[in-house]
Amino acid sequence: MIPTVPQPAFAKWCYRAYVAVFFIYLALPLTVVCVFAFNNSVFPSMPWEGFTLAWFFGTEAPFIGVFHERAIMRSIGTSAFVAIWVSGLAVAVGTCNAFLFVRHDFRGKAFLYMLMLLPLIIPGVILGISILVFSSSLANALEDATGMWFDGLRPGLILVILGQFSFITTFASLVISARLQKFDPSLEEAALNLGATKWGAIRQITLPFLLPAIVASAVVSILMSFENFNTTLMLVGSDSPLTITMFDKLKQGSTPVLNAVSLLLIVVSAALGLMSLLFQTKKNQRESV
Amino acid sequence: MASDTSRLGFYLLLAPILLWLVVLIILPHIGLFIVSISERVGPRAYEIGLDNYATFFNEPLYWRTFARTAIMSMIATLLTLVLGFPIAYYIAKLTRGRTKTTLFLMCMIPFWVSELVRTFGWMILLRETGVISNTLQYLGLVAGPVEMLYNDAAIMVGLVYTSILFMVVPLVTTLDSLDDSLIEAGYDLGGTNVSIMREIVIPHAMPGIVSGCIVVFMLSLGNYLTPILLGGKDSLWFTGMIYTQFITRFNWELGSAFGFLLLVLSSLVVFAGLKLSRQSLTETMGRT
Repeated sequence: MIPTVPQPAFAKWCYRAYVAVFFIYLALPLTVVCVFAFNNSVFPSMPWEGFTLAWFFGTEAPFIGVFHERAIMRSIGTSAFVAIWVSGLAVAVGTCNAFLFVRHDFRGKAFLYMLMLLPLIIPGVILGISILVFSSSLANALEDATGMWFDGLRPGLILVILGQFSFITTFASLVISARLQKFDPSLEEAALNLGATKWGAIRQITLPFLLPAIVASAVVSILMSFENFNTTLMLVGSDSPLTITMFDKLKQGSTPVLNAVSLLLIVVSAALGLMSLLFQTKKNQRESV
Repeated sequence: MASDTSRLGFYLLLAPILLWLVVLIILPHIGLFIVSISERVGPRAYEIGLDNYATFFNEPLYWRTFARTAIMSMIATLLTLVLGFPIAYYIAKLTRGRTKTTLFLMCMIPFWVSELVRTFGWMILLRETGVISNTLQYLGLVAGPVEMLYNDAAIMVGLVYTSILFMVVPLVTTLDSLDDSLIEAGYDLGGTNVSIMREIVIPHAMPGIVSGCIVVFMLSLGNYLTPILLGGKDSLWFTGMIYTQFITRFNWELGSAFGFLLLVLSSLVVFAGLKLSRQSLTETMGRT
């Protein structure tokens, strides 16, 4: 079925109807989550009790809005802290990996590349428990040996950051490598001929070229870190990131305050995601002109 | 020439990746395996043995949950492929320009939203006081409230929903690279819709199909939120059991054995998928 080959009209309409139904299916859960954030009722369910903004700005129980719900605000802060660390680390290591795999040939390169892809096929829960088990036994051994405490190796934010970093780095490496592969090395050679140092050429020529990929992978890393659940669940200590807090609240029984948080999350992540895509395509277009 | 500095640069680039992979991936998984083959014989005293794995095979609840998780994940993968393929084909072949970009972006947006939010949306839709139940009552199709949450069908809806984008995106990418003239040639040579699909489109899309299936299967197998929230208390999912052993029961040895079994299963499926389609991990995953 392609546009240049005629098909019966009926088949065409059936196909279109299926596509339409699919997109409704895709949009439905997100739409209801957003709509019920404005329902003037203590349950995010039917019937519709009228429009309210109390779930965002309310200050009186039971209508305590997101912006006044301390547990949620604190966990947003925790998530942001984790996300910035994860994104920074992942982009730094990802950039190194890109240079390593694109610029260097060495024995075992294919094997190392395959190892780098492994985190993609390890389920998040397993990644979480393996890091949990390893760091705990390390902490036990160190504490037995030295008699000091190693709290950083117990469940907590450091482990959450390391756990998320362990698989998000693969994504960052792939995105940045793809961009570096398109780079024309003669530009760097020209800089060297003009008297630049090796590091100067990389800083002035190569890194600016990589910038769109670096920004895009930083944004995607932040998004992935913010919404990660499986790995985080196993490594979390007393400070819980947003998804864990929301999950706990959801298990206790949901109120529209969760809808309000979700709405904010949807808006922010859709905006960030679109931005990262636009940034990448715009740069590409400018270069192809 | 400047081989000394470039060697130094090489090792400086090699250090972070080795540190990352050895400390966060390789050693933890070796550790996981070691814990899974140790038996507690006294306080802080362990012996090596396969007791934890024996427990798994002797307790029907454990291995049945394991099998159930695997089978449900396979069904979810198949469903996702069947439902997602026409969409990917539509986006790749039947739309152009701006429509194509818009549809593709519409597919991507739910993927950026947290899985928790998506699952929450399904809870609002499917529960007894939910939107669908109320709509059906309003239309007079049912007499009283219907509970659609907390069963396997709900889990399936949720699993397909969370993972369909990981199927559609690689499919669109591979189908995009199929030249329309090949399909036209197929029609010119007297091919029917079915035979062209089978002989031209599907073989060409195979890399996308395989990488989509691998990712979807893995995501379903390792999913925790969807089965727990949509399946209710009685629904059993293997990741839920791992969580129980680790966090509730504090039996890390058995939990590690469970984790290792799940890892083996998912690796086997990935390996089988790659072998069947004669592809390597590098080319399949590197594409995404």
